[in-house]
Amino acid sequence: MSEYNEDYSCGSRSHYDRRTVLKMAGLSGLSWLTPMATCLARADEHNARSKAKSLIVLWLEGAPSQLETFDPHPDTEIAAGSKARKTNTKGVLLGEGMEQTAELMDSISLVRSVTSKEGDHERAIYNVKTGFRPDPTLIHPAIGSVICHELPDEQGKIVDVPRHISILPASQPGRGGYLGDQYDAFKVFDPLQPIPDVRARVKQNRQLERIKKLEFADQQFLKRRKNNRVIGDKLKNTNLDAALKMMSSDQLSAFDVSQVPKSERAEFGDTPFGRGCLAAIRLIETGVRCVEITLTGWDTHANNHQLQAGRINILDPAYAALIRELKKRELLDSTLVVCGGEFGRTPWVNPVAGRDHWPHGFTIAMAGGGIQGGRIIGETSPTPKKGTKTPSENLKDPHPIENIHATIFSAMGIEFEKELDTPIGRPMKVSEGKPIKDLLN
Amino acid sequence: MQESTWAKNVLFLSLVCGGVLLLTIYLMATERIEPPLSYAPKSKSQNDIRTVAAKLDSAFEKTWAENKLEHAGRADNLAVARRLSLGLAGTIPSLEEIREFEQEPADSQIHWWVSRLLEDERTSNHLAERFTRALVGVEDGPFLIFRRRRFASWLSDEIHANRPYGSLAKNILTDEGLWTDTPSVNFFTRTINQDDSSKPDPILLAGRTTRAFLGMRIDCLQCHDDFLGTINLGTAENPTGGLQSDFHSLAAFFAEMDNSLLGIRDASSKGPYEYKLLDADKESVIPPKVPFNETLDGKEKNLRKRLANWITHPDNKPFARATVNRVWAIMTGRGLIQPVDDIPLEGPFPAAMEILVEDFVASDFDLHRLIRIIAASQAMHLESAANFEITKKHEKHWAVYPMIRLRPDQVAGAVIQSSKLTTIDSAAHIITQLTKYGQQRDFVERFGDPGEDEFKDRGETVTQRLLMLNGKMIDELLESPINSPTHLPGLAPTAETAVETIYLTTLTRRPTDTEKENFVKAIDTKSGNGRVREVLDIYWALINGAEFRWNH
Repeated sequence: MSEYNEDYSCGSRSHYDRRTVLKMAGLSGLSWLTPMATCLARADEHNARSKAKSLIVLWLEGAPSQLETFDPHPDTEIAAGSKARKTNTKGVLLGEGMEQTAELMDSISLVRSVTSKEGDHERAIYNVKTGFRPDPTLIHPAIGSVICHELPDEQGKIVDVPRHISILPASQPGRGGYLGDQYDAFKVFDPLQPIPDVRARVKQNRQLERIKKLEFADQQFLKRRKNNRVIGDKLKNTNLDAALKMMSSDQLSAFDVSQVPKSERAEFGDTPFGRGCLAAIRLIETGVRCVEITLTGWDTHANNHQLQAGRINILDPAYAALIRELKKRELLDSTLVVCGGEFGRTPWVNPVAGRDHWPHGFTIAMAGGGIQGGRIIGETSPTPKKGTKTPSENLKDPHPIENIHATIFSAMGIEFEKELDTPIGRPMKVSEGKPIKDLLN
Repeated sequence: MQESTWAKNVLFLSLVCGGVLLLTIYLMATERIEPPLSYAPKSKSQNDIRTVAAKLDSAFEKTWAENKLEHAGRADNLAVARRLSLGLAGTIPSLEEIREFEQEPADSQIHWWVSRLLEDERTSNHLAERFTRALVGVEDGPFLIFRRRRFASWLSDEIHANRPYGSLAKNILTDEGLWTDTPSVNFFTRTINQDDSSKPDPILLAGRTTRAFLGMRIDCLQCHDDFLGTINLGTAENPTGGLQSDFHSLAAFFAEMDNSLLGIRDASSKGPYEYKLLDADKESVIPPKVPFNETLDGKEKNLRKRLANWITHPDNKPFARATVNRVWAIMTGRGLIQPVDDIPLEGPFPAAMEILVEDFVASDFDLHRLIRIIAASQAMHLESAANFEITKKHEKHWAVYPMIRLRPDQVAGAVIQSSKLTTIDSAAHIITQLTKYGQQRDFVERFGDPGEDEFKDRGETVTQRLLMLNGKMIDELLESPINSPTHLPGLAPTAETAVETIYLTTLTRRPTDTEKENFVKAIDTKSGNGRVREVLDIYWALINGAEFRWNH
């Protein structure tokens, strides 16, 4: 609903920035004690210095093991033999295979104490992608959908391609949910393959003839429905025009990494995921707001160490090259890169050398977009208590997953506490979390 | 020796030729559509259905008069057949079916068509999928112990056999057993969180049960009392706002359940239900209690049976209302009350709903009869266009047939059917059926599955438009040498016949003179392959047009 963006009542960051609130407080004396104080607090949380314009999500579906990736505890019982390596940031260790990422640790921060209440893949993916637990009466929008809903095109940039894109989509690519299907992610596969459905199946002349026929057919149908006030605009061919515009847009070349020199592609690793990361940079340059690239295969209930290592071999070069290239193109400040999965894996190894589901303390890595680098938020215990009813006692500074969402929205200058109307008439906050201030300041 | 070789060769050739001939006959054989067994236009039951439909018509007319609304004219029978086909079978009529339909007397055509559809497995599969979405959702759910396809397939068989819906609901709510042997228990296994406990989740079940069986959304009571005044669990005269304890008292009916290697079973050891209410200091035992109409509660010892008997009690109208509203929504794309599972306990209800509810209860929850009455009602037969200005009020009171965007499964079903002249039903060749299944699944995945809340207009996306314009499925269906679009130019004696066939197979109507003139001219100016291309382009244009993509 467009009113969301035009709401200048209390809470709007543009209206109630710190200076405005201070002026008003000064003018109104005791009104400082009124809800205006809340406005001030919120203006502060809304991070007026937000730098991030775009979001790239490296989605590790299946749930990576924090112990082999971003939160190793070498030489402990829970490491179960897995090793760690030093990084370029003092005192921060990463899993053994994260070689290239380790060299960029000063640009990356880790929230090592993320928790959720969902231990089932399907529900947890929903939870992490939307910031809300599944609700049978309402589909919440994915984070990319909210960003596209809240942030218009960047000034001076006309974006012909969809602004929310899912590369290598797996089980739940981002949905618009209650915001509407128009905020769904546009799904594409390996960037070396053609983009689905954007090329006409016939030659240009014939396509033009087809469109003429289509327009004729529509005219015949619509001429008897001109006086239908209910359906009105819905029958207009706005989406046909947008689709045709996209089909002929030069911006489509952003998807096509075959044009990139092989040596540059090799930096990202010769994998679909690596190519997806490269395409994501090109799409962000075009004005796309959110790109999600999925790497599956992390669900290691058996043979954990070997299987995780295989995935890390793909993740590490792609992730590191993404950060490096964003820096090189001076895009890292305006692009927030988030990396993680739906939960973590158990500190204890099971009888078949696997690690099971563990939502009670896992890591989300964040970089760029105004997020400070080299910071570690929270801590997991190297000697966690098994079978405790309150697993959070194994954590320092726990952060529920919605705090990650609030942090992202805050970094992007989106009012995360704002309530949006939903089709069931229930107002719903953009995020119910609290931003992690130590990452933003 | 030579004679023997010669004889062997003849025998071999005969066998090969015979085999090819039999295969050709098998593949090409066209069987005339058999008359539906339940087609009896002059039967007592059909007269009875007409009587109830007439009551519905009077109720609508009264509403139109009260609201000073003009109503649209009567739609063509073929247009109604298309709506019914999309609503019941999720696809459009084939040319073969249209030809047969037109052989029937005009005043019996719709009865013939509904009878045919109700005996068709496409309908029971389609209806079962809609109910399955409401009952267990669309996701895969817990690994191994949840078999969604088994559940949907069982439901389809039951709907096909026209088991009373009240009995079906009782089965779903009370059955015990394994998710494979007793498919109905998947209603419970769907809610099991395998990482947490092995028992079905009473909270999820309470929410699901009220939405699916009672047409009420009281999920917000899970966490707090109703403070918005949107939930009334009392009467119209004495409204009572919903309390958090109402929700959890309902959840308590599912507390004494367990799941093991033997499947779902009642286990009193798992009870009683305990929960910490919002304002309480600690967890307390919450006894089972129905949220309204307590006098209908038989207080049986077995909690699930007690709940099932209360829900399906003939005097507990919300159950019938929920079903009537859902069936109406399935058939038309929109419920009499929207959202389809948010029906106020004490109304107000559209007059038509109460007539249908009364008949549905009296007929022991006969789904087929309900469908026949809706199909026979005037609301289903009105045009979607009118000479007056159509407002929301006209649509709300069904003074015109509403324009509803097709769901992705309906778009796919209609596109696939339009590429064939014969019907793709359970009698179609197995390869054709399997191809349809795969194409439909891929198309819906790309188009975007609407999920559980499928009777709500979600708008159209550029991605969906691109899929229609340039997608693989439509291209393959049009270009395939075994499908009708490529054969049509050779088979149709004239361009006029070709255009008429394209319109019938895609839009279930004949072209107007203007349309005919436009497209006949386009075909006649071409020859050879150009003619084929022209026919394919007309198919493509009509499939991409608004008339095809909307139910109207």
